[in-house]
Amino acid sequence: MTDASYHTAPIPGSPTDARGALLAADGTPLKAKLRESMRTSRRRAFMLVLPLLLFVLASFVVPILMLLWQGVYNSTYATDMPRSAPIARAWDGTSPPTEAMAEAMVLDLRDAREAKTIGKVATRVNRELSGTRSLFTKSARRAARMEAPFLDALVDVDEDWGKVETWGAIKIAATSLTPAFYAAAVDAKYTATGDFEMRDEERQIHVSLFWKTIWVSGAVMLACLLLGYPIAYLLAHLPMRTSNLLMILVLLPFWTSLLVRTTAWIAMLQSQGVLNDIFVFLGVTGDDQRFSLIYNMTGTLIAMTHILLPFMILPIYSVMRAIPPSHVRAAKSLGATNWTAFWRVYFPATIPGIGAGGLLVFILSIGYYITPALVGGQDGQLISNFIAFHMQRSLNWSLAAALGGILLVIVLVLYWLYDRIVGIDNMKLG
Amino acid sequence: MDLPPYATLGQKIWHYAFYAICGLIFLFLITPILVIAPLSFNATPYFSFTEGMLAFDGEAYSTRWYRDIFTNGMANPDRPTSWPLFWEWLWMGLSPFHTAPESFYTDTWENAQWVRAMKNSFFIGFFATLIATALGTLAAIGLSRAEMPYRGAIMSLLISPLIVPLVITAAGMFYFYSQVGLSQTYLGVILAHAALGTPFVIITVTATLVGFDKSLVRAGASMGAGPAKTFWKIQMPLILPGVVSGGLFAFITSFDEVVAVLFLAGPEHRTIPRQMYSGIREQISPTILAVATILVIISICLLVTMEMLRRRGEKLRGIKT
Repeated sequence: MTDASYHTAPIPGSPTDARGALLAADGTPLKAKLRESMRTSRRRAFMLVLPLLLFVLASFVVPILMLLWQGVYNSTYATDMPRSAPIARAWDGTSPPTEAMAEAMVLDLRDAREAKTIGKVATRVNRELSGTRSLFTKSARRAARMEAPFLDALVDVDEDWGKVETWGAIKIAATSLTPAFYAAAVDAKYTATGDFEMRDEERQIHVSLFWKTIWVSGAVMLACLLLGYPIAYLLAHLPMRTSNLLMILVLLPFWTSLLVRTTAWIAMLQSQGVLNDIFVFLGVTGDDQRFSLIYNMTGTLIAMTHILLPFMILPIYSVMRAIPPSHVRAAKSLGATNWTAFWRVYFPATIPGIGAGGLLVFILSIGYYITPALVGGQDGQLISNFIAFHMQRSLNWSLAAALGGILLVIVLVLYWLYDRIVGIDNMKLG
Repeated sequence: MDLPPYATLGQKIWHYAFYAICGLIFLFLITPILVIAPLSFNATPYFSFTEGMLAFDGEAYSTRWYRDIFTNGMANPDRPTSWPLFWEWLWMGLSPFHTAPESFYTDTWENAQWVRAMKNSFFIGFFATLIATALGTLAAIGLSRAEMPYRGAIMSLLISPLIVPLVITAAGMFYFYSQVGLSQTYLGVILAHAALGTPFVIITVTATLVGFDKSLVRAGASMGAGPAKTFWKIQMPLILPGVVSGGLFAFITSFDEVVAVLFLAGPEHRTIPRQMYSGIREQISPTILAVATILVIISICLLVTMEMLRRRGEKLRGIKT
């Protein structure tokens, strides 16, 4: 509302104030009244959304944020080794260990053994320097009998206590707020002096795993596009009755349980499975040389493509339905060949659908867990499987959180792109 | 798609090649789902067609795996079965005043693994759907109003459970819920599934509201109906098909979800997908195929229901197809 609206002539007989502005029946200016009613309706709309917003925040957003916090904050050492943690943090990381550090360490080791937290602490330090787990448990057993000078007593148990690397690992573990886990998630090492260095060649697994996950997602997306585009084209150009009927063949897999489809692919692809039986019957391969199509990367790719194909077909189909057939006819009447008419006129018009379907398939496949876990075997495992492994088996939650944090950032960037290009409002189901 | 009469030989070849390619892709889509049905009647404990099955030998087929669904895990599977016993169990077991006498059927209902998984799936699915549909519908109505502040940001936040990798969601919930005492409880799994189901409700209900004529509500209000009355009498009946299909989506999400269950549920909360997951990993038996066949039949029923709802919704809103 600009001031100009004041100068529209009031309806004759309607109440106005001294400046000629309209008044509501109760004497307040109409503009204020309108603003108030807008505010009320905004608040009403927000109140409708509020319950779900609170629910999603409490049951979904907060848990994920708390998990991510684990990726940069791990207080295991600082809590259970209260004396040695501040001293280790204050140490510069290069000078030889001092008696004060050793004394605090021995006292803490005694308490930790008493409180049975030594295993947790030893595991935490071991993540920074392998071999320190046994060093800690061994020394804790003997800590009760140790006497001053404590540094010599520790070195008597194991000469590793005299080494700078051991105390460096302790210093990293003692620092609760640390980039160490994110460094580990990108195959780097955070050192006691605050530098980053790359890990040894053979211990670099995460970066290549991220690339493999991205590569698999890209391959699945491409396969879905190659298989989905002709189907969408066919469905969009058949008469409605036939295409609705054929649509069932697309929607039935969409509605079938993920586990059912994965099971079905095991039955199809295993070495005694349907596909191999057909190959043997046709003489493509011998009975003793059946193809290994499952429990490896091939199985993961085939099953994921099958599962995500409907997500590609549906958006392309709905875009194709909206393209007026006259465009292609116009191109042909102007002398374009079939191919030129398709490639220069029809195909560019379907790009929004390809973008929508492709991004959705990519986003969904980059976080895939169940299918690789069941049919992936050794080399078909993706980043999600590693996150689950660190959450459930190795119990290195901080590393899981760091890996998850990186994955989440990738997915959120793609989600943002999806919103920019397609718009969340245009997401359709079935 | 018809071929013009003046098409050249190359065009004709391409035309039929295109149909052939599409046929192959449809085959790729549908064969795996169709193959499991005959395999589930396998008489041998393998996942492959035996020679007897290919020769249509009656001996090679059996319903033993369907029987296994109901007997696996029972305390005493050798008890007699009969219709009178079944009716007795049905009558007594469902009545709140009686407890059914010990029989094959009470044993199945109480102890069989797959039956328990089924009960868990329906229990969790029902309450997750209830929460997701109620909160999701309200939110969708709010989000469809033009006055809604920060609409885009809130919408992307509410849709995000669909996008965030399940393993991150499940790991976060596992970590958080175990601190507030919700892990290894039904409530934890229900809350997780409700959160995962809400995006579907929002998407379907918002789509229904796009065609909603707001002057209908104003007409109701002008005749003296309050906001509650216009909602229940005018808006709700019109968007009901969208709400129901959103609810179905939420239910199937919960019914099919396994990652959150893997992280959050204890052994006694196993759902059907969870049971299938360990079945595939540990002892791969055709019982899984029998369960899978039943699930495919259920999804066909759901598909038909959805299609009917969609048509009804379009008819109600006056959209012609």
